[in-house]
Amino acid sequence: MTESQAIKTENLGRTYKIRGAKKGNPKELVALSGVNLEVPRGEFFGLLGPNGAGKTTLIKILVTLLAPTTGRAFVAGHDVARQPDAVRPRINMVSGGESSGYGLLTVRENLWMFGQFYGMDNPTTLQRIDRLLEVVGLKDRVNTKTSDLSTGLRQKMNIVRGFLTDPEVIFLDEPTLGLDVSASRDVRRFIRDWVAERPNRTVLLTTHYMAEAEELCDRVAIINAGKVLACDAPATLKKRLQREVIFHLDISPLRNGTLNAFDRLPGVRKVVHTPQDGKSELELILEADDALSGVIGALTSHDAHILNLQKREPTLEDVFVDLVGMSMTEAEKAGG
Amino acid sequence: MATTLASLPPVTHTDQGWRLFLRTVVARAYPRVVGQMREPMWIFFETFLPFLATCGYVFVYRAIRAPEDFVGFAVMGGAMTAFWLNVMWLMASQLYWEKETGNLALYIMAPNSLMAILLGMAIGGLFATSLRAAVVMILGTWFFHIHFVVSSFAQLFAVFLLTMVALYGLGMMFASLFLLFGREAWQIVMMLQEPVYFLSGFYFPVKSFGFVMAMAASLLPLTLGMDAMRQLVFASGPTLGFLSVPVEVAVLVTLAIAFLVASKLWIDRILQLARHEGTLTDRRR
Repeated sequence: MTESQAIKTENLGRTYKIRGAKKGNPKELVALSGVNLEVPRGEFFGLLGPNGAGKTTLIKILVTLLAPTTGRAFVAGHDVARQPDAVRPRINMVSGGESSGYGLLTVRENLWMFGQFYGMDNPTTLQRIDRLLEVVGLKDRVNTKTSDLSTGLRQKMNIVRGFLTDPEVIFLDEPTLGLDVSASRDVRRFIRDWVAERPNRTVLLTTHYMAEAEELCDRVAIINAGKVLACDAPATLKKRLQREVIFHLDISPLRNGTLNAFDRLPGVRKVVHTPQDGKSELELILEADDALSGVIGALTSHDAHILNLQKREPTLEDVFVDLVGMSMTEAEKAGG
Repeated sequence: MATTLASLPPVTHTDQGWRLFLRTVVARAYPRVVGQMREPMWIFFETFLPFLATCGYVFVYRAIRAPEDFVGFAVMGGAMTAFWLNVMWLMASQLYWEKETGNLALYIMAPNSLMAILLGMAIGGLFATSLRAAVVMILGTWFFHIHFVVSSFAQLFAVFLLTMVALYGLGMMFASLFLLFGREAWQIVMMLQEPVYFLSGFYFPVKSFGFVMAMAASLLPLTLGMDAMRQLVFASGPTLGFLSVPVEVAVLVTLAIAFLVASKLWIDRILQLARHEGTLTDRRR
């Protein structure tokens, strides 16, 4: 591993033994398989995938909480399995929906406590807490008991906890999970500002919000069923689909068998159907514009009425569909 | 979020080694000490309720005209129950609860030692519980006119401290074991609570058990600790004592060392095991 790399994994794998399986027939779940990643220092790197894809498992290995079953992983120049004590002072992690700390303590007291666990001196800790709380808009809650904070405010406190120690590498595991639009935006802005101010710091973000990855990350790895399917800058990944055209259609609810009709249509690469209240949504990836006429013909012959039709630019969601063959939601259902 | 991060003071130095260990101990003790003041209802449950049980024994002893020192034994036992409750509910099962809230992952991921976290929990709990025990002791003494004959305050304090080291060492050892047991932890606590009350002789001299059973009960630090303290503060204590104070002190020292070493070995083993099995921080698996 070179000095310029913050994270490196070599053929990393993790298999869980399933509890309750019969002794003669042990069951295993492959959460990660053959993951090879290199994240240079200073990069904002995203791991994008549905729930159950292996993102959290990968993070747990990188933050020394979980041992890999195969392969090796390095963070800040140290092997996470063999030198966890060298890795730990250099990293921190914030997870979405975490309820860490103690409800009886105030925001400042909780943050101070976690700062102490990293050996920070009191004056620096308290100054950084006050400044960071000011930045995230939580300064007026500094003496509020943590149990009295809303979910959004609590997550802002968690974000401050993670950044308080000024880690070389910070792991953000779905940091905006469960937050409202405004709180999510605040959290994203804080992370972006932190990266801008500290170009030598590295962020690894896991998310299943495509827009979040697209907005924040220099590069993203798309992960599904424990495997990395693609890894590149969002713009480069989207270029994969530059030759294709993407249409979004709102139509009347589909009858059984309508989707099968698309299989035989020329020029149709992928179709994702999402039933909604009183209508259906279709995402179409076509080889060219003229393939659309066939789709419209098929819909009409199955008595489906087109309510809205929109041609749009490819997103990371489309890249995921192209790679996996189904939407993120469908992949979660299939995995679950 | 209008303010920028430019003026954020840098982290120029972080403590390592024993300084980090001490910082962690103090920081983890802090919630216990502060929590005591912010949740006054705990004081009610952990002083008034044990005091009621103590009163029950006192009235029985007075009704059967038992020697008056038995009343003092019961009051001391009532005060000491707070420590046992603290060790079981807020020490032994604590790592399990920390796992459930997500704190355990952060504790392990930080560069500190988990032993420092456990020690911080123990010291914080000991401080908070000492206040409650003192309240029971003062109330009982005032209410039932207990007469103490203290031969040596220094010895008494030393025995108390030693008992606490052994008791909280047991708590630290249980904490790592309960982490392994997972969600059954609170049931084990419930299961152990009453037998330990009985075997420790909270409300009667442990000598009443007979030698073999009293020896077996001596594996619990409170058994010999209370017996030694009773010998040091009551006139009839030496007569009703199980073993001599020096022997009890020697056993307590052995227990304290054994529990602390065992807790360190267990915690290392369990951390290693949990990292390999993936059960360390994931409550779903």
